Amino acid sequence: MSELRTPLSKVKGLGSAKEGTGHFWHQRLTSLLLIPLVLWVGFSLAALPVNHATLVGWIQQPWVSVTLVLLVIVVFYHAQLGLQVIIEDYISAHSKRTVTLLLTNLACLLCGTIGVISVLKISFGA
Amino acid sequence: MANSKYPTSPHLQIYRLPLTALLSIAHRITGVILAVGCLLLVWLLAAAAESAESYQLLFNHLDSWYGQIFLLGFVFSLYLHFCNGVRHLFWDVGYGFELETVDLTAKLVIAVAVILTIATWVVAGTV
Repeated sequence: MSELRTPLSKVKGLGSAKEGTGHFWHQRLTSLLLIPLVLWVGFSLAALPVNHATLVGWIQQPWVSVTLVLLVIVVFYHAQLGLQVIIEDYISAHSKRTVTLLLTNLACLLCGTIGVISVLKISFGA
Repeated sequence: MANSKYPTSPHLQIYRLPLTALLSIAHRITGVILAVGCLLLVWLLAAAAESAESYQLLFNHLDSWYGQIFLLGFVFSLYLHFCNGVRHLFWDVGYGFELETVDLTAKLVIAVAVILTIATWVVAGTV
């Protein structure tokens, strides 16, 4: 026998995707990144007077813009990974699960994009 | 199954969850709350990018009693998820699996989350 895969597995075409630990690992990496990012944004916002001018002025500082864009991307990637696990655990019907996953992923992508564009718009002088 | 004489396995309704199990499910629930909360924060960011008026409109909602309840829930969820997440990271590298340690860190996570929430409220209130 020169082939270790069964005929059924070949027909189904579901071979190793070589990313078995990818989800787990990305969840951990994003959580590590979020530790300094969340502490920074939390304390900065708490110490900031909350009117429009101060907020815009704060975001327009180059390093704040860069870090905020990074935060938005990492937050929604982390959220997508986490929500995926919850959906996969609690929704067992295949079609319902797939649709929910697709909608959730789309929502995370959309929110992340809106967040990034908003920061950029403020940063480049809205 | 009402007339079954066989013992059934303890189910969620009659099984008192240990603290660690409660924190485990709380980690998921707060994760969902944070995801929804981030959606609203991005909305605030988009409003700030739109105009001062849009921002003020949304900010007035956040400043109202229901907005404050949302913010309090969001901030507490954030700290609980944050602290428990750090606890998970320690588990991931192999530390803190002894029963006493698990129980101690669970209590620590809750205490720190409550303290940080109060601290944030005090700091934000003085600005």
